[in-house]
Parts: sequence; structure tokens; C-alpha cells
Amino acid sequence: MTTQTVSAPPKRRSIREQWNNLSRPAQWAFLIPVVVLIYFLPVLNPPLIATTGTDFPTAMFDVARYALVAIGLNVVVGQAGLLDLGYVGFFAVGAYVAALFTSPNSSLHHLPYLWTLPLAMVVTMIFGIILGTPTLRLRGDYLAIVTLGFGEIIRLVADNVDPLRGQSGFERVGTDANGTPFFANATAWYWLTVTIIIAVLLLVGNLERSRVGRAWVSIREDEDVAEIMGVPVFKFKIWAFVIGAAIGGLSGALYAGKLGFVNNQSFDVITSMLFLAAVVLGGAGNKVGVLLGAAVVAYLPLRFVQLAEYNYLIFGIALIILMIFRPQGLLGARQRLLARGRQAYQRLLGRGEQISGESALAADTTGGPR
Amino acid sequence: MTPFLAQSEPWISFDVAGLAEQFWNNTVDGLALGGIYALVALGYTLVYGVLKLINFAHSEVFVVGAFATWLTFYGLGFRSGATPALSVFEIILFLAIACLAAMAVSGGTAVLLERVAYRPLRKRNAPRLVFLITAIGASFAIQQTLRLIFGLNQQPQIRLLQPEPLFRLFGATVTNIHIILFVAAVLLWFVADYFVNRTRLGRGIRAVAQDPDTATLMGVNKERVIVITFLVGGLLAGAAALFYMMRIPQGAIYNGGFLLGIKAFTAAVLGGIGNLRGALLGGFLLGLVENYGQSLFGGEWKDIVAFVVLIVVLMFRPTGILGESLGKARV
Repeated sequence: MTTQTVSAPPKRRSIREQWNNLSRPAQWAFLIPVVVLIYFLPVLNPPLIATTGTDFPTAMFDVARYALVAIGLNVVVGQAGLLDLGYVGFFAVGAYVAALFTSPNSSLHHLPYLWTLPLAMVVTMIFGIILGTPTLRLRGDYLAIVTLGFGEIIRLVADNVDPLRGQSGFERVGTDANGTPFFANATAWYWLTVTIIIAVLLLVGNLERSRVGRAWVSIREDEDVAEIMGVPVFKFKIWAFVIGAAIGGLSGALYAGKLGFVNNQSFDVITSMLFLAAVVLGGAGNKVGVLLGAAVVAYLPLRFVQLAEYNYLIFGIALIILMIFRPQGLLGARQRLLARGRQAYQRLLGRGEQISGESALAADTTGGPR
Repeated sequence: MTPFLAQSEPWISFDVAGLAEQFWNNTVDGLALGGIYALVALGYTLVYGVLKLINFAHSEVFVVGAFATWLTFYGLGFRSGATPALSVFEIILFLAIACLAAMAVSGGTAVLLERVAYRPLRKRNAPRLVFLITAIGASFAIQQTLRLIFGLNQQPQIRLLQPEPLFRLFGATVTNIHIILFVAAVLLWFVADYFVNRTRLGRGIRAVAQDPDTATLMGVNKERVIVITFLVGGLLAGAAALFYMMRIPQGAIYNGGFLLGIKAFTAAVLGGIGNLRGALLGGFLLGLVENYGQSLFGGEWKDIVAFVVLIVVLMFRPTGILGESLGKARV
């Protein structure tokens, strides 16, 4: 994505441009049936797509859960360009908040499950500030490693701090005082999650188009230049981190509620890597892309259970091959704002400009991965 | 039902007396453990110095070495259980064979990794994040291949050498294994340092680390240098795998490299990633801190200690204790 030639644009971009050129009502006219179809997937149980080994609504909930996580992580990695390898930590915090306030195993005050969703977001936001304040001065790989360390610390704390119950965990999470679960069937959980995803997408989309979103893009493309141009870099990095964290926490709380059980086993770094893989696979910075990436990462292992033994092997190899042949992900990021800027630049100079090689997402132009 | 915060036992206890009592034992053991960290950290540091790439799959290179060690012992006719009575000459011979095998296999894996996963990306000038994702993918692939071949369970440990107390130092028992690990780590580090700083190939590595384009103009074969960097890192990881298998009373397991890889990377960052001396210093420091922390807070907290140290160091000194320096020319 370093340079663009004006002649012969690839076909995919033209689809994107066509979409962007549609009027708002026309976009909605197309989107609403798609959304309705997505809602009814677990009811329709379409052949070929429906999973055979796992309950299909449960599988769809997993896909939706990954999608929500990917949207949150995309704010951090895709929008602001902050490489976060410990995202599962926020997910874990959210899950534990839901568990601590709804499980009979916990002695904390029992809350209705739905209340724990905003609470989980608030708590993970606080964790995001705690984590972000000291670390966001670091860049690139160092930031990646520190976040990895934080993710591991959260996991190890969950292992070792007794009130968090380690491996024995919390049972009947998401139940009310009488012990009845919040939703009995997986389809309802899926619907709740999809609704939340749509709300979050609208919110994040508006953020992207706002001053905050432009600040994120500027930080992602070149932090120093952004700073010089008067963008309060640190503040907006914290914002990205906190908003990403809140979405991760929300997803964790949903996961805990659906599963009804939380222990220390599901928050390892591998999960963090899978989250990141979902974002990068689909195309970091592109909301539709990360949804697709999340669907691939979550759905394929559930669909092809007969290959269960080779799942992660195939996944690993597929990740390598995809990154070699399509490093920008399935649907690459194209910030509309940037695209406009590039077009203007091209008209002015008759050639494309180059994106800074320092950026995590920009291709290196000087040769060699620096 | 106990209240959430008022536990009968605190979550974390400070055993200062235990730390004082165990101090020298911890020091000796920490230096031995740190030697292993240092050797693996060298692999991270070399690749980072040259490519500015966190080779996440390096931990898998290490694990492959651990399996190679185990297979060599197995192939030589040793089985788990009682340690065979061997003469000193035989022990040295067999350990040397295992060491060579592990180094060869690990080095080969590292080079293969570079060829299959990283080189195509370099050809395409991929962004850095893509390298990281590829490394994660490669790490998955190697791990799962090992799982398919060797299964989920740990291989039974084969010990050629039992730890025997040799002498006491400030009240600490120093075993033969401690000595071997420490000496081997320092020796191998010295060889690596000599190689990078004193040989022609090492000069190429430093040149590419400093400025790949200018180095290419000066006639340095960049691709070759990169392969050699991966190879050296792999060889050291293989050696580390053998020493790890000697120290830890457990066998090889397919996902065993992950935590060690993270810790070795921590060690590399601690000392200053891209800096060979930093890797050695960071390795030993991390080994020591981890062992002290284990005594102070209890065994279950020792991994946290490593990460907390990492974060604290990075917060105050983002380039590590000695700073990044592979690219900086040293005479």
C-alpha cells in the first residue's frame, strides 16, 4: 500500500468505491436485509454452513463473541496502531466482573446480569487506564511486549489469588438470585451479542469519523509528526486503549454469562494471539474486515471438527500463507480520510506519496523490515 | 462463605526470613537458570538487532531442540528411570552428541523458519505487524506438528547426569549441573560475542544491523547475513535446550517453549534487546530476580515477578539496561 498508480485500479477497490458512492438510504436498503439474515442464521440452520460437531447457535455465538473482541482490538491495533498482545487480559477482567457479581460462588453483592455488562466495561476501562498510563509512552515492539506481560500478569493473578478461585472457578455465572440463567438458549445469547455488536459498530464508526478517529490515524501513521502538529498523542492513545479495553471487557462479560462458568483456563496468551490474528487476518483498520477475520478464526475450527486434531496446525500454516500473499489482510484498511488525501496529493503531483515506514501498518519503503 | 476481601490467609505473603535463608542457594540456582535464559535471549537479540523483528517462533526453535535432545538420548539407548552409571568420558561424549544434535536440529529449524516464513515477507516489504503475525502462525504450526508427532504428554525425562553437590559457597550447595550450566552459558556467549565482534561474518551482521542498505552497497550479502543470524540464534537455542533438559526434572513437551520463550525475551529486553552483552546480563538478572521472588513470595508468583520486572524496567529505561547496540559499531 505504499504507492498507488492511477491507472487500472483493482476490482475490489471499485466495489468499495461504488459502496461509498451509494446514498445513505441505498446503503441501508442493502444493509438491513443482510443484518436480518445474520440475525436469523441460527434459526435457519443453513446446510453446509451449519456446524455438525457443535450446536450451531453456540458456534454462532462464539463467532459473534470473537467479532466483538475483534472490533475492540481493532480500535487499538487497527485505528491507533498500538500493538496489544495482552488483550485477553481485558477480556478476562470483564469475565471475572460478571462472575464475581452473579455467581453464587462469589460472596460479593449479587447483581442482575445485565447490570454487570456496563460494570464490566467500567472496570476494564479503569484497567485500561492503569495499564495504559505507564506503558503507552513505549512504542511498537516494546509496547507489544509490555502488554503481553500485563496479559500474563492478569492470568497469573487469576491463577494465584484465592478469591478468584483459580481452576475451580465460578459456576452459574449470569444467573439471578434464584439460580435461573439469564438466557436459556444459545440463540438468545447470539441475538443479544449481535445487537451489542451493531451498537458498538455504530459507536466506533462515529468515533472513527470524529476528531478522535483522525487523531488515531495520525498517531498510527506517524506519531512524531502527529505530536508536532499538535495532536495530544498520549491522551488519544489512552482513549484508544480504554475504549478497546471496554469492548474487550464487555465481550468477556458476555462470554462468562453465556458459558455460565469462569475459571483461569480460557485467558492464556494463545487466545490473545487468536484475537490479534482475527484482526490482522481480516485487515486491521477495516471494520468489515475484522468482522470477517473474527468469523474465520472462530468459525472454521468449529465447522471442521473432523479436522480438530489438525486445526491449529492448519491455522498456523494458513496464517503464514495469508500473510505472505496478502499482508494487508483479507480486506485491507483504507481510511477514507487518507484515501481522499492521497487522491488530492496525486492530482497535485501526479504520483502517490509514501506512508512513513515507521508505522506499524505501513509497508516499509526502504527495504527490509525495520 | 467468606467475605471477598477478608480472607483468612493473605493472597500473597512476604517470606523475608526465607529469602535471607535461601539467598545464596537462590543466587547459585538463579545464575544457572539465567544461563539458559541468556542463551535463548541471544537468539532473540541477534534477530532483533539485524531485522528489528521479534522472532516469536524462537521459543519453538528451542522446543524442537529439547525434543532433539530427548530423541538423541533415546536413540543412544537410554531410557527414563535410574540414571545409568557412566564414566566421566562417556557422559561428556553423550552430552556432546546430544548437544550437537540439538544445535543442528534447532539451527536447521531456525533457518527453515527464515526461509519459509520470513524471507517471502521481506521480499514483499511487508509491514512489521505482518512479520509478527507470521511468527505467531509459524509458532502455532511448529507446536502443533510436535504435538501430532509426540502427543500431548510430556516425554519421560532421561537424565544422564544426576545433580551432585560439589562444594559449598557461602552456605549454598553448588552442584555439578549448576557449574555446567553457568560455564556453558558464559562460554557460548563468549563464542557468540567473539563471532559477532571479531569475525568477518560478524562484521557483516553488525553492518546489516546498523544500516541494511549501506551494507548492501558495501558488498555485504544481506540475505546470507540474515540466514546466518537465524542459524546462530538457533544453534544457541539448541544448546540451551540441552542444558534446560539437564536442569529441569521434566521431559520435553510440545508447548513447553512458550513461557521460557517469553522469559528469554524478557531477559533480552531487560539487558537491552539487540545487545549481546545485554542478553547475558538480562538472562542472569532475570534468573536471579525470579529465584529471589520465588523465595520471597512463594513459587506460584515466580512468573509474575519476571513480568513485573520487565514492565518496571521498560517504564524507566525503555531500551533496557545496556541499550540497543548491535548496530552500534564497537571496536
